[in-house]
Amino acid sequence: MSKQYETVIGLEVHVELATKTKIFCSCSTAFGGAPNTHTCPVCTGMPGSLPVLNKKVVEYAAAVGLATNCTITQNCKFDRKNYFYPDNPQNYQISQLYLPICRNGSVEIETEEGKKTIGIHEIHMEEDAGKLVHDEWEGVSLVDYNRSGVPLIEIVSEPDMRSAEEVIAYLEKLRMLIQYLGASDCKLQEGSMRADVNLSVREVGATEFGTRTEMKNLNSFKAIARAIEGERARQIDLIESGEKVVQETRRWDDTKEYSYAMRSKEDAQDYRYFPEPDLVPIVISDEWLDEIRAAQPEFRDEKKARYQKEYDLPEYDADIITGHKKLADLFEATTALCKKPKKVSNWLMGETMRLMKEQSVEPEDLKFSPGNLAKLIELADAGTINGNVAKEVFEKIFAEDIDPDQYVEEHGLKTVNDEGALRSTIEQVIRDNPQSVDDYHNGKEKAIGFLVGQTMKAMKGKANPAMVNQILKELL
Amino acid sequence: MSILDMTAVGLAKAIRAGEATAVEAMEAVIAQIEKTEKELNCYVTFDKEAALERAREAQKKIEAGELTGPLAGVPVSIKDNMCTEGIKTTCSSKILENFVPTFSSEAVKNLEKAGAVLIGKTNMDEFAMGSTTETSAYGATKNPWNTAHVPGGSSGGAAASVAASECFFALGSDTGGSIRQPASYCGVVGMKPTYGTVSRYGLIAYGSSLDQIGPLAKDVTDCATILEVISSYDKKDSTSVKREDTNFTEALVDDVAGMKIGIPRDYLGEGLDEEVKNAILAAAKKLEEKGAIVEEFDLSLVEYAIPAYYVIASAEASSNLARFDGVKYGYRTKEYEGLHNMYKKTRSEGFGAEVKRRIMLGSFVLSSGYYDAYYLKALRTKALIKQAFDRAFEKYDVILGPAAPTTAPELGKSLSDPIKMYLGDIYTISVNLAGLPGITVPCGVDQSGLPIGLQLIGDCFKEKNIIRAAYAYEQSREFEKCPLGEA
Repeated sequence: MSKQYETVIGLEVHVELATKTKIFCSCSTAFGGAPNTHTCPVCTGMPGSLPVLNKKVVEYAAAVGLATNCTITQNCKFDRKNYFYPDNPQNYQISQLYLPICRNGSVEIETEEGKKTIGIHEIHMEEDAGKLVHDEWEGVSLVDYNRSGVPLIEIVSEPDMRSAEEVIAYLEKLRMLIQYLGASDCKLQEGSMRADVNLSVREVGATEFGTRTEMKNLNSFKAIARAIEGERARQIDLIESGEKVVQETRRWDDTKEYSYAMRSKEDAQDYRYFPEPDLVPIVISDEWLDEIRAAQPEFRDEKKARYQKEYDLPEYDADIITGHKKLADLFEATTALCKKPKKVSNWLMGETMRLMKEQSVEPEDLKFSPGNLAKLIELADAGTINGNVAKEVFEKIFAEDIDPDQYVEEHGLKTVNDEGALRSTIEQVIRDNPQSVDDYHNGKEKAIGFLVGQTMKAMKGKANPAMVNQILKELL
Repeated sequence: MSILDMTAVGLAKAIRAGEATAVEAMEAVIAQIEKTEKELNCYVTFDKEAALERAREAQKKIEAGELTGPLAGVPVSIKDNMCTEGIKTTCSSKILENFVPTFSSEAVKNLEKAGAVLIGKTNMDEFAMGSTTETSAYGATKNPWNTAHVPGGSSGGAAASVAASECFFALGSDTGGSIRQPASYCGVVGMKPTYGTVSRYGLIAYGSSLDQIGPLAKDVTDCATILEVISSYDKKDSTSVKREDTNFTEALVDDVAGMKIGIPRDYLGEGLDEEVKNAILAAAKKLEEKGAIVEEFDLSLVEYAIPAYYVIASAEASSNLARFDGVKYGYRTKEYEGLHNMYKKTRSEGFGAEVKRRIMLGSFVLSSGYYDAYYLKALRTKALIKQAFDRAFEKYDVILGPAAPTTAPELGKSLSDPIKMYLGDIYTISVNLAGLPGITVPCGVDQSGLPIGLQLIGDCFKEKNIIRAAYAYEQSREFEKCPLGEA
C-alpha cells in the first residue's frame, strides 16, 4: 500500500440518565420488572395523554454540559422526531433538534501520543424507546414499554478523533465525568451508555473529509476498537480498488467481526422534526444554572490533589484510585471507617484490581461494601489473620461481600500465636527436613524460607509468620 | 314549563331546591333523545341504562349532601374526542371504533366534581377535522333547525344536542372555530376560552397548540358557569396556565356603558352573507344603545390566517395521529403481511378522506426542504396575527364580528369543495392562532329561519369582557326557539 490514510472519527454517545422517574411521566426507570409494569398512559402513548418534563433531566443534562465545557442554551425546547416503529408508542420521539441544551464543548483526552482536545458539537435530551420481543415460537412480536420514556442525553462530538485509542480515551473520559456527576452509571453492556461511530478515511494531508459511515451496535470498548479497525480497513480497500464509500448506517457484528449495511442515505428517513407543541420552552435562569454549577461534584483532578494532601497518598496511588468514581467512592468510604488510607489504597490497587482483571469485572460492577473491606484491614492489621489468609478472605469479600469477622471465626482462620504449638510443629519440621537444616548451617540462607513454608503448610497457613521465623532461627 | 326548557343553571337550582331531580332531568333528556335522535344523530355513544344509573347515583349523593357543586344533577353531553374512563371514545373515527380509555379527561373530571351527569358522547367531524360534522365515520349530524342543513362542526353533535334539548349543556373543543361555528349554526351559545385555561389532558389532540375545550349552552349564564367549573390549572398539561381570575360568573352584568367595541372592517367585506352582516351590525347597534362605544377598524392580516392555520394544525395533526397505527389499541386491519403493510392497511382503512388529506398536507409541510417555506412561515404569520390583535386590544375591550360568513349550509354542499369549506373558518381561526377567548351568541335568524351567530373576541385572559358584552346583548332580546328543541 503506497498511500497513507488517516481515519476521521466522530461519536454519538447516548447516555441513560440516573433519574428515578421517566423523562415525561412519573413511572419508575428501574431496570428489569415484568413487561409493561413500569408504564402509564403517557409512556405508552395513550390518546389524550400529555408529557410533563422531569426537571432532574434538565439538571443532569446541564451538569454534563458544564463538565464538558459546553455553552448552556438557557432558552431551549423540545422537538418531535417522527418515525413509525412499534417500540415508539406515539410514533414520534420527543428529542431536541433546533435548540439543544448544550453546545460547543470539549474534553481533554490523553493517549500515548499525548494530550488532545476533542470538541463536543452538542448535547441534547430525548426519550428512550421500548423494546420489541420477537417470539419465534408463536411467530409474533410483542412490545415492552418499560424503557419507553427513560431519559437519555445524546452527546455528539466533532470529528476530532483519529484512532481507536483516541475514541476509547474519549469514551473513558466521558464515562468518568458522568459517573462523577452521578448522572448515569454508564454501563456499555447494559446499554446505559451506547456509542455510534461515524468514520471516514482520507489520504494524509487531505483537507476534505471522506464519505462517512455510521456504525451501530457496539457494546464494549473492545468491540468499538475492533469495529473501528474493521471499518477503516473496509473503506481503504474500497478506495484502493477504485470503488466508492457509500454513506450508510452499518451494524457491527462483533462475533463475526464484520459490519453489515443497514440503510443507505438514499433511503434515510425524513424525520419531519417540528417543535413539540405539548411542552413549553425550557427557561434555565441564571439562578438555576448557578445552582447546578454549585452542585457540581469534585472531579478527578481536585480529588487527586486532595487525596495526596488529606490522606498523604502517593501521587501514583491517588491517580489510579481517582481514575474511576467507584474506586474513589470505595476508597473514601473505607478510609472513613478504618482510618488507614494507604492500606485501603493498597487493597484497591493490589488485590481488587488483580481480581477485576482476572474476572473481567468493571469498576462500576464492584459489589463489596466498604464496611467489610475495613473489617478485613483491621483483622490483618491487628495480626488476627496473616497476610495470606487475608488475601484468601478478600477473594470471598470480592465475590460475595461476606463479613470477614464471621468468616474467619467460622472457618478457624485466626493466626496461631500459641508459642507451644508453633514450637512443637517447627521441631517436627526440622526433624523431617535434615537436608534443609544442613544447607542452612552451610550458609544457604534461602533454606530457611523452605522451612518456613513447610511450617506454614503444617499449620494450614494460619501461623504467625514473624513468630515462625523467630522460633526457627532460635531452634536452628 | 317543561323541565327541558330549563337552563343548566336553572335546573341545578331546581334540583338543589328539591323541585326537580337528576333522574327526572335525565329521563326528560332520554325521552327527547328517543324522539329526535333518529333524525339528528347527535350521539355516537349513548347508553340509556348507564345514563339513568349515573343520574340515580348523582341524585342519591345530592340527597345525602355529598354532591353540592353548581351543576349537581345536570345532564351533560361530551364531545367524543374527550376521554371518558370506561366509556368508548372514538373521535368519530373508525380507527378508534373500539377504544375505551382508562382515564377521564381533566375537564370531564372537573364537571363530574361539580355534579354534572354524563349522558353520552357526541358526534363530531372525524378527529375534529371539518366544519360540518359530515366527516364522522358514524354518519352526519343534522341541524335541528332544519334537518336538510348541517349543524356545523366539528362540535356539531354537541351544538345540535343543546339546540334540540338532547342535553342541558355540552362540552366541545375548538381548534379553528369548532365550538363557535356550530354554536352559531345551531343558535346556541358557545365559548372557546384563552389557550391554557382548560386542561387538554385527556383531549385527543388534533392541533395541540390550538386545541381548547369549552362549553356549548343555552345561554351566557350557563356558559360562564360551566367555564368556571371546567377551567383549572393542571400539572399534567404543560401548557395549562395558573389563573386566579376564573370566577367568570362575576362578569354576568348587564352593563356595557363605556365598553370599547371594535368591528374589523376586514370581517365585513367580500364573502360575508348580507343577512348575516345586517344581523351582526344590528347587534352592534344594540350594544351601542346600551352605552358601548362601537367603531370599525382595520385588523389586517385576516386573509393569511387560513393558510397559516391549515399548515400549523395539519402539521401537528400529522404527528398527533401517528399513534393510531393498529399496534396498541383501536382498529387493526384484518389481513396483512408484515409490519409496514399492517400500518398502511390499518391507516388506509381506519381514517376517512378529510383526515388523510390533512395528514398528507401536514407531512408535506414538515418535510425536509419545505419546513422553512411552509411551517416556519406559518409560525411567523401566527406571531404577526397575534401582534395585530395586541394592537387592536390596546384600543378595544372587545372585538365584534360574525362567527361564520353564512348560516348553516345544506348537507353535502361543503365537502365537495374543501377549499371553500376551509374559507368558511375565516372569522374563527385567527382567534385560535392568537390564543384568544371568543364567544358566539345567537343574534337572529335568516329568511329561511336558520340561526345567525354573533362572535365576540377578547384579549388573552379577558373572558370577562366578552362574557359581560354577550350577557348584556342577550338581555336585550328573546332568542328564537329551535323547532326541534321543544319537548
